[in-house]
Amino acid sequence: MSTLHTVNKSPFERDSLASCVRLASKGCAILLIEDGVFGAMAGTDHSDMVKGAMENASVYVLGPDLAARGMSEDRVIDGIQVVDYSGFVDLTKQHDTCQSWL
Amino acid sequence: MATKNFMFVNRKAPYGTVYALESLEVVLIGAAFEQNVSLAFIGDGVYQIAKNQKTDGIGMKNFSPTYKALGDYEVTKLYVEKESLEARGLTLDDLMDLTWEDEDDDYAEKPSIILVSSTELAAVMDEQEVVLSF
Repeated sequence: MSTLHTVNKSPFERDSLASCVRLASKGCAILLIEDGVFGAMAGTDHSDMVKGAMENASVYVLGPDLAARGMSEDRVIDGIQVVDYSGFVDLTKQHDTCQSWL
Repeated sequence: MATKNFMFVNRKAPYGTVYALESLEVVLIGAAFEQNVSLAFIGDGVYQIAKNQKTDGIGMKNFSPTYKALGDYEVTKLYVEKESLEARGLTLDDLMDLTWEDEDDDYAEKPSIILVSSTELAAVMDEQEVVLSF
């Protein structure tokens, strides 16, 4: 069974992303939304943790939430896919369950 | 009315929560009462003044241009903690170009953003009579 994990908190403020990464099973997907998008950026104190997670899981980030915060898609960690709202819907369809790390 | 040193400490990213916007509202109120107002951006607060915020896609108002108006309210000191920027892989170039006009210097445009270390910011905080954290 595959799960879509969504994380909407900044990794600098909460441990939601760290907990998600620690507990996510192989083959799952992690989608970063709202303030969670800061976890997708390269060159931060949390980039290495996210790169580690990508060995197990596919990581996605919601483009409109990046744009709202002035975060450039060019500076997203290599291998993280930027999706729009319909991409978000597709991800929910592709997975059996969704776990929201609020 | 007595004038006091007010510092607003901004610690949260914009849009995900309402703190950043609420802080900005209170800053403008403080400035209207002619208090000596300064701002600090620490932690995720540094994201509030990131360049190129475009909120069309999330259906929320982009309030980042309001920071550019602070100079007109004589809010001219925006302290940004260097350590917080570095932890987020950001530099001053990633922040908006925020300036104020110095009427005592032929209205010369001067930068409002002051990059400080934690130690330097601690010293500035020590000089405040009122510190409000958002």
